[in-house]
Amino acid sequence: MTRRALTALLALAAALALAAPAAQAAEPKASLPDIEDEVMCVSCNVALNVAESPQAYRQREFIRDLVEQGLTKEQIKDRLVAEYGSAVLAMPEDDGIGLAAYLVPVAAVLGLAAVALLVLPRWRRRARAAAAAAGTPAGAVPAGPAVTDEELRRLDEDLRRFDR
Amino acid sequence: MIVAAAALIALLVYGLVAAGESTTLDDAVRRGESPKAPDRELPKLGGGTGSLADYRGKPVVLNFWASWCDPCKDEAPALRRAHERLERAGGTVLGVTVDDSSSDSARFAEQHDLEFPSLRDVDGKLGRDYGRTGVPETFLIDREGRIVAISRGMIDDDFLAAHLPKLLG
Repeated sequence: MTRRALTALLALAAALALAAPAAQAAEPKASLPDIEDEVMCVSCNVALNVAESPQAYRQREFIRDLVEQGLTKEQIKDRLVAEYGSAVLAMPEDDGIGLAAYLVPVAAVLGLAAVALLVLPRWRRRARAAAAAAGTPAGAVPAGPAVTDEELRRLDEDLRRFDR
Repeated sequence: MIVAAAALIALLVYGLVAAGESTTLDDAVRRGESPKAPDRELPKLGGGTGSLADYRGKPVVLNFWASWCDPCKDEAPALRRAHERLERAGGTVLGVTVDDSSSDSARFAEQHDLEFPSLRDVDGKLGRDYGRTGVPETFLIDREGRIVAISRGMIDDDFLAAHLPKLLG
């Protein structure tokens, strides 16, 4: 193989190596239906996909133009925020009553974790004490009531009936 | 658990208080006071940035508007006339667009011959400073940067006749 052919092969391999991740990273084409259920009609304060005001039609037109320009969903959302402000995103505000939407779930998770930390050791202690009282090792399943002869006879009868 | 419930209630109360409609400016003007007009550096419609401070020493009619707002269309002729009168006294109408794309705002201004400058309150912070609850809303600001009259709704020639002399006098 000549040096020129080897160089060409290496260049081709390098180009393929660069192109492959780029193709994988390419985002899917944005579309109006995909975006309009995640943004608000700013003058009517409802989600754009259900809004029917003249402003909603203008916002849809604005999004369609950006889709045609080939912008990704995130780029379009950024442009919407730049034009209409963060209120255009269907997200609660980060002050006033909107702040509760962010803080309440965090507080709830922390609260539940605290309750679990308090309650779980107590439950475990109680289970150990109950097991010790019953004479079975902790974690072992206690034996059920003994099977009577009558129950064994009925079981055999049922099994014989199924075999037929 | 009680602490968590108390914290949640406190948060909700804070939220309601913080998000509540601000009537501070209206109350002050009603009492005959002239509160200082809030100001922020904002992008200007057509490019660049601007603020109320650019018009220090001049009378200003600050008007919040949007291209999708029908009363804004109705009050446009009155604003145009007010701007002409203010210009003669060295002042201006200063528009502030709300929840509006720059292209729609520019088209609206052209259609209605609005020659006064407009800022773009993209994040609504200036509107919050003024306790804005809708559009249009108008604030008459004297040469000292103090609010002398407020209209929470559409203005007309009667409103301007009653209050504009306070700025021009």
